[in-house]
Amino acid sequence: MPEIRVTPLGAGQDVGRSCILVSIAGKNVMLDCGMHMGFSDDRRFPDFSYITRSGRLTDFLDCVIISHFHLDHCGALPYFSEMVGYDGPIYMTQPTQAICPILLEDYRKIAVDKKGEANFFTSQMIKDCMKKVVAVHLHQTVQVDDELEIKAYYAGHVLGAAMFQIKVGSESVVYTGDYNMTPDRHLGAAWIDKCRPNLLITESTYATTIRDSKRCRERDFLKKVHETVERGGKVLIPVFALGRAQELCILLETFWERMDLKAPIYFSTGLTEKANHYYKLFIPWTNQKIRKTFVQRNMFEFKHIKAFDRAFADSPGPMVVFATPGMLHAGQSLQIFRKWAGNEKNMVIMPGYCVQGTVGHKILSGQRKLEMEGRQVLEVKMQVEYMSFSAHADAKGIMQLVGQAEPENVLLVHGEAKKMEFLKQKIEQEFRVSCYMPANGETVTLPTSPSIPVGVSLGLLKREMAQGLLPDAKKPRLLHGTLIMKDSNFRLVSSEQALKELGLAEHQLRFTCRVHLHDTRKEQETAVRVYSHLKSVLKDHCVQHLPDGSVTVESILIQAAAHSEDPGTKVLLVSWTYQDEELGSYLTSLLKKGLPQAS
Amino acid sequence: MKLYCLSGHPTLPCNVLKFKSTTVMLDCGLDMTSTLNFLPLPLVQSPRLSNLPGWSLKDGNAFLDKTELIDLSTVDVILISNYHCMMALPYITEHTGFTGTVYATEPTVQIGRLLMEELVNFIERVPKAQSASLWKNKDIQRLLPSPLKDAVEVSTWRRCYTMQEVNSALSKIQLVGYSQKIELFGAVQVTPLSSGYALGSSNWIIQSHYEKVSYVSGSSLLTTHPQPMDQASLKNSDVLILTGLTQIPTANPDGMVGEFCSNLALTVRNGGNVLVPCYPSGVIYDLLECLYQYIDSAGLSSIPFYFISPVANSSLEFSQIFAEWLCHNKQTKVYLPEPPFPHAELIQTNKLKHYPSIHGDFSNDFRQPCVVFTGHPSLRFGDVVHFMELWGKSSLNTVIFTEPDFSYLEALAPYQPLAMKCIYCPIDTRLNFIQVSKLLKEVQPLHVVCPEQYTQPPPAQSHRMDLMIDCQPPAMSYRRAEVLALPFKRRYEKIEIMPELADSLVPMEIKPGVSLATVSAVLHTKDNKHVLQPPPRPAQPTGGKKRKRASDDIPDCKVLKPLLSGSIPVDQFVQTLEKHGFSDIKVEDTAKGHIVLLQEAETLIQIEEDSTHIICDNDEMLRVRLRDLVLKFLQKF
Repeated sequence: MPEIRVTPLGAGQDVGRSCILVSIAGKNVMLDCGMHMGFSDDRRFPDFSYITRSGRLTDFLDCVIISHFHLDHCGALPYFSEMVGYDGPIYMTQPTQAICPILLEDYRKIAVDKKGEANFFTSQMIKDCMKKVVAVHLHQTVQVDDELEIKAYYAGHVLGAAMFQIKVGSESVVYTGDYNMTPDRHLGAAWIDKCRPNLLITESTYATTIRDSKRCRERDFLKKVHETVERGGKVLIPVFALGRAQELCILLETFWERMDLKAPIYFSTGLTEKANHYYKLFIPWTNQKIRKTFVQRNMFEFKHIKAFDRAFADSPGPMVVFATPGMLHAGQSLQIFRKWAGNEKNMVIMPGYCVQGTVGHKILSGQRKLEMEGRQVLEVKMQVEYMSFSAHADAKGIMQLVGQAEPENVLLVHGEAKKMEFLKQKIEQEFRVSCYMPANGETVTLPTSPSIPVGVSLGLLKREMAQGLLPDAKKPRLLHGTLIMKDSNFRLVSSEQALKELGLAEHQLRFTCRVHLHDTRKEQETAVRVYSHLKSVLKDHCVQHLPDGSVTVESILIQAAAHSEDPGTKVLLVSWTYQDEELGSYLTSLLKKGLPQAS
Repeated sequence: MKLYCLSGHPTLPCNVLKFKSTTVMLDCGLDMTSTLNFLPLPLVQSPRLSNLPGWSLKDGNAFLDKTELIDLSTVDVILISNYHCMMALPYITEHTGFTGTVYATEPTVQIGRLLMEELVNFIERVPKAQSASLWKNKDIQRLLPSPLKDAVEVSTWRRCYTMQEVNSALSKIQLVGYSQKIELFGAVQVTPLSSGYALGSSNWIIQSHYEKVSYVSGSSLLTTHPQPMDQASLKNSDVLILTGLTQIPTANPDGMVGEFCSNLALTVRNGGNVLVPCYPSGVIYDLLECLYQYIDSAGLSSIPFYFISPVANSSLEFSQIFAEWLCHNKQTKVYLPEPPFPHAELIQTNKLKHYPSIHGDFSNDFRQPCVVFTGHPSLRFGDVVHFMELWGKSSLNTVIFTEPDFSYLEALAPYQPLAMKCIYCPIDTRLNFIQVSKLLKEVQPLHVVCPEQYTQPPPAQSHRMDLMIDCQPPAMSYRRAEVLALPFKRRYEKIEIMPELADSLVPMEIKPGVSLATVSAVLHTKDNKHVLQPPPRPAQPTGGKKRKRASDDIPDCKVLKPLLSGSIPVDQFVQTLEKHGFSDIKVEDTAKGHIVLLQEAETLIQIEEDSTHIICDNDEMLRVRLRDLVLKFLQKF
């Protein structure tokens, strides 16, 4: 029995370290290859030894697909391809291909240069790894090999984020990566056609949340920023360099322009300048409005937002600072946070999800006394606000996508177990499909029943279609033919053609039955009586009286002859071929009962 | 399968393909050579033009339209191969009752929109007080001077469309990506492939599971800015329709670019101005890139370059954002991230300036000597008309023709006598005949279909037998308003066998490697997809109840029995009969075979090579027994 097997190596009932193995029709595909932000030991990367203990990964995996450039989806890629060893193709969209190596390099610098980790991948490894990447365009069907094909759909989550359809013959799996079902200020909404996959693997970060309208959220955000700035406070917005940062920049930029505000907005340096440049060059991946107006005004050229310098953090007066990284777990955002945390006039706005173990997660869960390195305790007096600007689909959005794709089964990853449980029930109730939520290392097996494509000869098909345009539920019409299987070439042809093609002659099997009838009249008259009798019984059949005196029913021939010994008996010769077996047999038994008396 | 040929222009094709009850229009190019029959539309009132004897400015915007070969409202989809080949789109989508979908890539649509916008803008900004159309009447046309007198199908010449029509036409386009498989009604699949000629330019595959038609239109093997041509996917075509080859097969584009640069440099050094009539997108990107590399070494860095078009800015900006549609070198630049085309730097350093028209800012910035890129290449409308009037009288100046669409001599006619130098450097990167024959050898289509112009040498060079398509079997040619029956027969169609049915099949091996299975199944057809499902189980007879009418017993003659094949070895057959309790068997030889007699049962079995005939009394039990014994020796189909 063919089956689809799915095993998450990461992101099974968890957020972070996305890495999902899929086996479909004998092909093995690895979806994403991420790192975990909550760990700094072995657990930060997926356990690739699960795939194969002894063999080479290249022999086992047909391809690797990366959904977008976030490190929890691609952070382990150089480790996987260069240190564990994988030489097969890695597919991603072009923006992902452009931005991914930069984030990987940044990640490497923090790990090696700042934390002093040994045995980490090198810059050269990142370059070598990226050489194995094949760029995929939206909606392009990429033929990985003769049977396996993949296709990318727009996912909206960040620049270049894509959902992928993996297809072998008539079996298919869709992996959403991270996606957003509502268009925002710089990206469009995720979209997929009614592709009816056997399995939809979807993220479920916000499995239980239904977010209020985007406009309200934006108004709240702007109000809070505005109030803080008005009373002379400083606003810290920890973000990742690419993604939400651009979204919030556009939001603040337009607000500043409209309100004519003077307080400075800074963006922590490093990636930013470069990041914005990518957005300018990949305009076709942004939303409709930006694409339409970019010639007149490129939204990613900011007038009010300036580059940040470390010294600015200590300058007096109000300001807004975007700083990386987004979960306050290291780097500049954490430094600024420590400087400003003690002043209740200030505010930190967390615009996205925070992984457990990070400072961001701690302050969001209400902790106000943080233990920092060196046993220092940091008291947080500044206001802490959470605003969901994560570009993930909420529960409504996930349901919407399931409705769009119409999968036979759903599998949840990239979320918390408790929340998944709730969503799983909802999906099973609403769509009447099975929903799975495997933990890491746990395998889900789905039996599939793929249909078999064969070539049908047009003659046979047309003959059949001409006969019955309206299907009759009570008497379904049967198509008869012969399936010729030669190597892997399957053809369905009419039986006559099959015989002809194979050079075989038809063997005709014919029966002739003698039926004795008591009838004193002449043979010709007997024939007439037989004719009128059959005509009255067999109303649906073609009964004919031929000039030579014989009677036919369809292709069955009936002849009347005199009995050689008994003149009062006539012999009916009923002759038919094997193909008319039922009717022939029926006729003999009918005639055996005798003819009705002539009136 | 039929091909309706609506355009006689080999590089601006318009064909309609009927394939599996789907009607597909391949391109809708607009032949604008008819504008050469008109006088230029000047931006500034020109005493010279309006005083030309015998002619007043008539409706200067007329284009060749389609013939009434086919009802265009029956067209299901239109496939566009590049932005030059979609210029007639508004005429079709807005005026024929067309209700289908148009497919094109994003760059094709965006740049096509720019080309149309420019055209409309050029025409609309010089409104004419009156327009004449009565001259199109055949009786009057006869009396007109040549070449108007000889122009064919004048009645199909149309006024230029409006921006509103352009927008409406473009809204019917659905964007597609290279190698995207698009299903049409479940019957046909179409796929665009990179053709290497322009940004987003594509060839198309139109196929079903068993037939494949390739439509090659405007392809290039040269490495300019677009993504390279995808040749491999054209393999195994039943029919390859070949259009859009180079219009100047004798000119080498690289050589022409060199000549362009050197003539430009020479003129400017002598203090003259250079005018380059061009389209706002396409070759201009390559020319700017060449100049970018050339100007410093040629000492031209102080010479201003002006690009004047209502869409100049948009064209330059759009070129930078289509990284995915560019050649590899340009793509890698985007990863840095840097703009893929160096004209960004030319603009930044103020060497290249762009203006929507000669009015406004341009008149303040204008410095001579300079180089001006502007349209339209026909020299009949657009800002180029002004520069021709302005610079034509001085022999210091040069006009360099790079676009191959119009005869430069005809284009220049209304400006004669001219003192300025005229250089003809047509740059046409499309396939030439050598590349075509190499391509055809590579992809090996069963049949090639092309415009008749490609099956003979060009009229001006009738001895050049190398300037025509040479392939085996010879290419089928078409001309305008012809209908071709394409030479292939569809034999097979895809059908899906449901797994439950497949499980129930019993294959038997007939020859080594060849197996057969008889199939009786229910056919379901939906959305042009065919599925075979297992036949329903026969309804269980509801026990005990007597059937009331005799007709209920009448078997349905449509329940077919399989065909039989094989032959019956008489000896074995007789043995089998004996084993089953028949005695008193007599075998007689006949001319063609044998007769087996069962004397007691008065039954006769004639056995021949290809037939068996059982003749018996009306004893159904016996007959069925004999039948089953015979069937044991035969194969069923």
